[in-house]
Amino acid sequence: MAKELQSSLLELVRKTSCDLPPDVEKVLKKALRKETKGTTAQYALGVLQKNTDLARTESRPICQDTGSILFYVKGPKNLDQRAFCKAADAAVKEATAVGYLRQNSVDSLTGKNSGTNLGPGSPVYHFEQWGKKSIEVRLILKGGGCENCGVQYALPYGPLNAGRDIKGVEKCILDAVGKAQGKGCAPGALGVCIGGDRATGFAHSKEQLLRTLDDKNDNAALAGLESRILRKSNGLGIGPMGFGGKTTLLGCKIGLLNRLPASYFVSVSYMCWAFRRRGCVMNSSGKISRWLYQ
Amino acid sequence: MVITTPISDEVIRSLHVGQVVEITGSVFTGRDSVHKYLYDGGKCPVDMTGSVIYHCGPVVVKEKGVWVVKAAGPTTSIREEPYQADVIKQLGLRGVIGKGGMGPKTLAACKEYGCVYMHAIGGAAQVLAEVVDEVKDVHFLDKFGSPEAIWHLECTRFPVVITMDAHGNSLHEEVEHGSKVEMQKLLAELT
Repeated sequence: MAKELQSSLLELVRKTSCDLPPDVEKVLKKALRKETKGTTAQYALGVLQKNTDLARTESRPICQDTGSILFYVKGPKNLDQRAFCKAADAAVKEATAVGYLRQNSVDSLTGKNSGTNLGPGSPVYHFEQWGKKSIEVRLILKGGGCENCGVQYALPYGPLNAGRDIKGVEKCILDAVGKAQGKGCAPGALGVCIGGDRATGFAHSKEQLLRTLDDKNDNAALAGLESRILRKSNGLGIGPMGFGGKTTLLGCKIGLLNRLPASYFVSVSYMCWAFRRRGCVMNSSGKISRWLYQ
Repeated sequence: MVITTPISDEVIRSLHVGQVVEITGSVFTGRDSVHKYLYDGGKCPVDMTGSVIYHCGPVVVKEKGVWVVKAAGPTTSIREEPYQADVIKQLGLRGVIGKGGMGPKTLAACKEYGCVYMHAIGGAAQVLAEVVDEVKDVHFLDKFGSPEAIWHLECTRFPVVITMDAHGNSLHEEVEHGSKVEMQKLLAELT
């Protein structure tokens, strides 16, 4: 399994780093048509399009900050998780050596770069068991600029007069967009979790980024909130890169977790326009049978 | 408009917020570790007078003994706000390339020393790697690691938007102010 799995995962890393998924590109192209001709907003979106094309044809990273490496794996009950991690670690190391990934893992105290992207907490693996024999692997590469724009609110939140209801939640999410300005590489997308604890809230907010931008939330209240956030954020005038313009946000995806009676967290993860998310399904020997997000 | 480094005070002061310009010549990467090091009194190993510092941690790979830039977009500049004004003065910089904009201290230094903030397109690592003709040198590679090193890049027509000029204007202040006004309206609707 090891060799085949490693080479499949290397291809997954390459594709994620170099080939922007179609749902994201579609929204970016629509935004480019919508911005006023001759503005810096339109100019910026034009450069993003050119960059996306170049990265794809040259098989080079869309963005030099290849970010946190987040693996989401679903596998059968007999999946050897340690063997999987070993193969994935090797694939990440190889991807770093050939330049699909930047040397991006640094000791938090000494500042020493491991040079391989391997180290405590890197990559990140989430495993889940499912009833199928196949293995599904999704990968997100999330850059530091957008990660720094993430924010967690505890309701009630005085500065916004935000209470423990959906209006309070909406205020917090809009505030997060305003705080981010162009710094997270706008136009970005939001993954949001309402509820959970401080750790699970952020983790679940990131999992929302596994959804495609064009999907629809099954929960009608959340679907409504998602579209309101998108519409209102795009009226803020922050625009691509914060240059001003009509496109501030590409999408907003919101999930729910139960909370303790005493806690009410709203966790917001900001994903940059270079929304690197890919996935595939493999058989038990690690051979890719199907790509997701095509 | 193409500007060639080293850049004169006169050229820098002729630039205004909102202009798209292209930089040709030497550009030096420098980010968190370099800024902190210089601010703390460290000596810069290379003369950057009249040149441009680029907030960037590129992907650089050695191929057949030659450094090749694989990806080179900007990183978020605001982290250098505590240090930037001092670094502009110390090194005689005429430009700072980055993304997201910077604060009042840097804006004041731009006016005082004749410097501008040039916004590169964030995430456009390939478009920006394409304009790098050559890696001339690298400093602090072992000390700070690859993304944090000073990479001396020779560029042709590196595209940027002037978002902070030497006349005290900042597009970032303007946009932030406008969005705050809109935000207040949105929050009021929800109360």
